[in-house]
Amino acid sequence: MGKNNDASIFFYLKFYSPIIILLIANLNEFDFNYLKLDYFSFNFSYILIFYWSLKSPQQIPISLIFICGLFNDVVTSLPIGLSSLNYLLICGVTAYVRNITLRPNFINDWILFLITILILNSINFLILQIFFNIEIDQMDYLINLGFTLIFFPIFFLAFENFQKISS
Amino acid sequence: MVKSRDDFVIAFRSAFLKKNTKQRFSLLTLIIISLIILIFSNLNLKIINILEKGLQDIVYRSSLIVSIPEKKFNEYYIKAKDHLNLYNLKNEEENLLEKYNAEKLANEYLISENNRLREIIGEQQLSQGSIIAKVLLDKESPFLNSIIINKGSKDNIELGMAVVKGEYLIGKVIEVNFLTSRVILITDINSKIAGVIEPLGIHVIISGNGKTGGVIEYLKDEYYPKLNDELNIYTSGVAGIFKPGIPIGKLKLNDKEMFVDFFTDLSQLDFVKILIKENGDSNGQK
Repeated sequence: MGKNNDASIFFYLKFYSPIIILLIANLNEFDFNYLKLDYFSFNFSYILIFYWSLKSPQQIPISLIFICGLFNDVVTSLPIGLSSLNYLLICGVTAYVRNITLRPNFINDWILFLITILILNSINFLILQIFFNIEIDQMDYLINLGFTLIFFPIFFLAFENFQKISS
Repeated sequence: MVKSRDDFVIAFRSAFLKKNTKQRFSLLTLIIISLIILIFSNLNLKIINILEKGLQDIVYRSSLIVSIPEKKFNEYYIKAKDHLNLYNLKNEEENLLEKYNAEKLANEYLISENNRLREIIGEQQLSQGSIIAKVLLDKESPFLNSIIINKGSKDNIELGMAVVKGEYLIGKVIEVNFLTSRVILITDINSKIAGVIEPLGIHVIISGNGKTGGVIEYLKDEYYPKLNDELNIYTSGVAGIFKPGIPIGKLKLNDKEMFVDFFTDLSQLDFVKILIKENGDSNGQK
């Protein structure tokens, strides 16, 4: 009985590991600042949500994504609800693409990811600048976008292997 | 065309409105909730502030726990980096040590030369020990800025001894009783201290202004262009009353008047040190 319980806990942990990683990433806000690399930053959450909501949405429940977004807003002191909106929009895009795609292709996913984060950054910029009067450095956003795009294939491969191992 | 529009609508509805079995809210509902929260937080509504405060309490505590591994990693990363830099650091330290050793030798030479020259001109070598005394009374009279200390002739206190706070001069002994003594502070208008403006080596007399500072007396006009606010004033040791080199204050220029900003706040005296004269060796130290 105990063994079965342990197995089911382990199964749930494994199954929901993407959302757990997202939660940890948001709370931790790891940024590798201590490496002292100028301008180096990338948005790990975007990559993670994009990949898992595209490939295996049942492992990353949208209600928990919404809560993770709220946590991220508190940690990064953004207006409450902004990250949730971004994350959910990624989920919306991936859900739509999943419905219309018959044969998934990595390059298409990569281009779609670029378009998605471009739209998200534009929405972010508009909301912060127009509605909240928060000054933002567009260059920082652009560099973050560039690094996020560069890191996408690496994490894509890592997540794919992780999915294979865990299934 | 109509078919493709239908496909779009079906795909859109499926993406944004469809709910899974365990899902309570559709994607569109959650997006609308996010937008409502954003609008409310823009309007600075009380409910959003309460939500934010509550979230902050939870998130900051959780964040503290979650970031422990990263902090540890950061710690080890810095340690590893330091370890790798050890060789360069050692080389730098060795070079620095070599430089300091050379400077130390040069200083020793200068000190011995200075002492030899003092002997040649017949100047008395002063070696000074010190006695710590408690301030019993702090007279704030406009006519006499002085303090009474709990040491007197019983403790070998003599007239004219220098009194310091830390390393800075604050006055000299002007009255000695058996158990107590009076110290005139350098801020008193009757206090006259022989000083030297360093590094120019200009000898001056410093007098108190009766308040909190001092003034420079008897200085020829030709020296004015050389002076600036960065210069320090020390006791000159002329007349052999004080040990030379006790720091007094900083020079302050105002038009053609020169003031002294004393290093010590004389209104905050509780314990002071009386420098006892002893005839002795070279370095002015006991």
